[in-house]
Formats: sequence, structure tokens, C-alpha cells
Amino acid sequence: MRRVDCVQIVEAVAKLCSEINIKLNPGVRNLIEEALKKETSSVGREILYQLLENAEIAYKKKLPLCQDTGMAVAFLELGQEVKITGGNLYDAINEGVRIGYKREYLRNSVVRHPFYRVNTGDNTPVIIHTRVVEGDVFNIYLMAKGGGSENTSALKMLTPAEGRQGVEDFVVQTVSNAGANPCPPLIIGVGIGGNFELAPLLAKEAILKSGEQKDKRDEDRELERTLLNKINRLGIGPQGLGGRTTALAVYVNTFPCHIASLPVAVNINCHSSRHGKINL
Amino acid sequence: MAKYSLSAPLTGEVVEKLKIGDRVLLSGIVYTARDAAHKRFIELIKAGEEFPVDLHGQIIYYVGPTPARPGCPTGAAGPTTSSRMDPYTPMLISSKGLKAMIGKGSRSLEVRKALQKYKAVYFAAIGGAGALISCRIKKAEVVAYRDLGPEAVYKLTVEKLPVIVVNDCHGGDLYEEGRKKYVIS
Repeated sequence: MRRVDCVQIVEAVAKLCSEINIKLNPGVRNLIEEALKKETSSVGREILYQLLENAEIAYKKKLPLCQDTGMAVAFLELGQEVKITGGNLYDAINEGVRIGYKREYLRNSVVRHPFYRVNTGDNTPVIIHTRVVEGDVFNIYLMAKGGGSENTSALKMLTPAEGRQGVEDFVVQTVSNAGANPCPPLIIGVGIGGNFELAPLLAKEAILKSGEQKDKRDEDRELERTLLNKINRLGIGPQGLGGRTTALAVYVNTFPCHIASLPVAVNINCHSSRHGKINL
Repeated sequence: MAKYSLSAPLTGEVVEKLKIGDRVLLSGIVYTARDAAHKRFIELIKAGEEFPVDLHGQIIYYVGPTPARPGCPTGAAGPTTSSRMDPYTPMLISSKGLKAMIGKGSRSLEVRKALQKYKAVYFAAIGGAGALISCRIKKAEVVAYRDLGPEAVYKLTVEKLPVIVVNDCHGGDLYEEGRKKYVIS
């Protein structure tokens, strides 16, 4: 058994909160630079340059990239040979977010009840998903998910007959409906298969693990290219003001499903796509 | 596309000049308000009670900044999605003389009609450029609803805040026009 203490977890999560909110993910920066080579709309280009400038200012002044520093979502990969010591694992993750958000002047964006909307005051609770894996690894993936883009995400239970065409149509329609609201250019996660609750998790995980593409199937990569192409024909463009860059990337994640089902979930992320990973 | 430098209070004459796609640098006073503050505004209007700010000719920015670090007026301060304010906006324009709003994303038909009828304008700021916009905010003071935390109403003093005209008072909509220009069917 390998031991990981809650003190370590709290500090690691707090540090990650700061990092993802203030420093533009290098992968996303590359995608914006690539998009600039193809964008023909003058207002679109202006915006892409301003996003790069924004990232520079954020980094230098230790300001968050965006004022919506999100609700924190954690995906844990916990090896079954790891023993958590010194407290409760989920309490430690929450404490990490509490400390990280306060220390770095990040915005508290969580209310206690959907109807009686009083701010919890510390950006908790964190939404936590855990997968037990082999060995003694312990990975924490953390995402700061903004409300504007999350509000435009969608799930649909398709029938098997609707097939791949049905999936493509639903993804493109979801992005089209979202228009300027989720702050394009977007990073889009698509979860296909599983069931009613798994498809959205697959979609979000696709974004979180976008840096780990090695094991991806060729068919999924091909679908990603097709979807990106179709989405960028919509003309929405940076900030919805017209242009070729509506999305910077599409990431697909598939899973087995019931013989009667074809669930598909689209998770939309803004251009900042704030997420990171730590290995403890 | 024209470029303007403007300050509140805005008049109908100034608003009439603005066309979709125009770039505007705003300086001077801008008030912040989001969902919760809008809800309270409308309750006050309906109850005929005294209003906490005079919105005549003024600009409302849909924003909830991050907390300021010591020595800074504000933290990151990009726009939030405007459509959530749509149910409240026409009444602020018609009965309180609001002249401009800054946000992101498209507005309802009712809002666009009110812009035309009362000569008001809707600007977009760049969503997610919170750090860049923060540098253009020189002063921030809470003027109402401190209890709402990041959703309180702030009076901001801005300098050259860059915005783009998305809905003008002539019925133009840059989201529709821009998309039409670049769609490939």
C-alpha cells in the first residue's frame, strides 16, 4: 500500500485551482495560434489576438483569465493500492478548492440551493467523480467550469437507427443553438454511448484528458475531424460575431451501450478551457 | 465600420449614430448588474419604490468580477451571458431611461424592439477576456446590494473599455449578420 496524506491533497488541489484559472493551458494557446492562420474575418482575428493578450496579462498580473472562475469539478483516478491517510478524501478536495479560491482571489460562484440562491461563500462543494484503477497511482484532474458554456451543453437519447448521422446532427445543432453565449471559439467534448448519466461524464472526461490522445481509436479521431469541420462551417466565429473559428477542437469519447440506446452528450467549453492534472 | 470614444450619459442622438460592427471605447461611469440585481430593480419599479441608482442615459455592464487583489480596483471582469437579463431589460429601458448595455450573446426580440423604440444600444465585450478588461477599470465602488457579493451593483470608472456594437437602434444584429457572412452551407 502506498500512503497519500490529506495534507498533500489539500495543497495540490489549491495549487491546481490557481494554475488552471490564471495560466492559459499551453495546448489551448497553440490552438488559438493555429486558428489565427486560418481565420479570415477581421473582427474574428482581432478577438483571437485579444485572447492571447488577455492570457499574457492574466499571467503577468496573476489575474484570472475569466471572471467566471467556475464551479470546480474533480475527476479522481485512485489506484486500489493507495491508502488515503489523515482524513476524508472528499473533504480534502473541498478544502483544497476552498483554500485555492480564497488565496488567489478567485470568484465564489456556487449557491447553496437551486431556488434559494445564497452563495456558499467558498466555491464548495466540488463536484467529484472517482474511478478506482489498478496499481498505486493517484491522479486528480480538475476543471473550473464556467456557467455560460455549461448552460449550452446538452444530452440526447438517440435511437440506434439514427446512428452516426444522428450524432453529428445533434452535436452541430447544439453548437448552432449556443451561438455567441458560451464564448466561442469553443472546445467541445462529445460523449457517445454508456447511458443517461454516463454520456455527459464521457463528454467532460474527453476534454479533461484531451492531452492524452495516444490510445484513441482511429474512428473516433476521424469523427472529431468531421465534427470540427462541420462546426466551423456554421459561421458563428470568435465571440459569435462571424468567422471561421467557431470551435478550436472537438474531443470524442465512446463507451459500450444498451442494444436499444444511442446516448450522446455535448459538453461545451469556452476558449479558456481551464483544466489541469496532478499526479500525487 | 466606425470608431467612437464615448462616455455616459448617452443621448438618443449619439445612440442613433452607432451601427452594428462599430468599435467603441467607453470611458467614465458604467454600472454593473447581473440576474439578482435586475430582479430587485424590477421589484422596486413594480412597487413604485425609490431606485438605488439613476439609470437615465446610463450604461449597465453585465459582470460579476473576481475579488480584487490588494491595491487593485477589481479582479477579472469580462461579460456574462446577457440573455438571462432579457426578461428585465425592456422595463429598465422604458421606465428608467437606460441607454446601453454591455454583455455577450444575443438578445430577445422584446429587448431588440425596446432598443429601437427608445433609442438604446447593446454592446458586446469580449467574453473571457477578463484580465484584459480588468486593466481598463480604474475605480470600483459598491452602490447597492452589497449582500449579493459578486452580484452587487458596482459603479465602475472605466478608461477606454473596448466594446463592439451588436444591436443598434436601427434593428441591426451583428450576430445574425456576421454569421450569415461566414456560413458555408
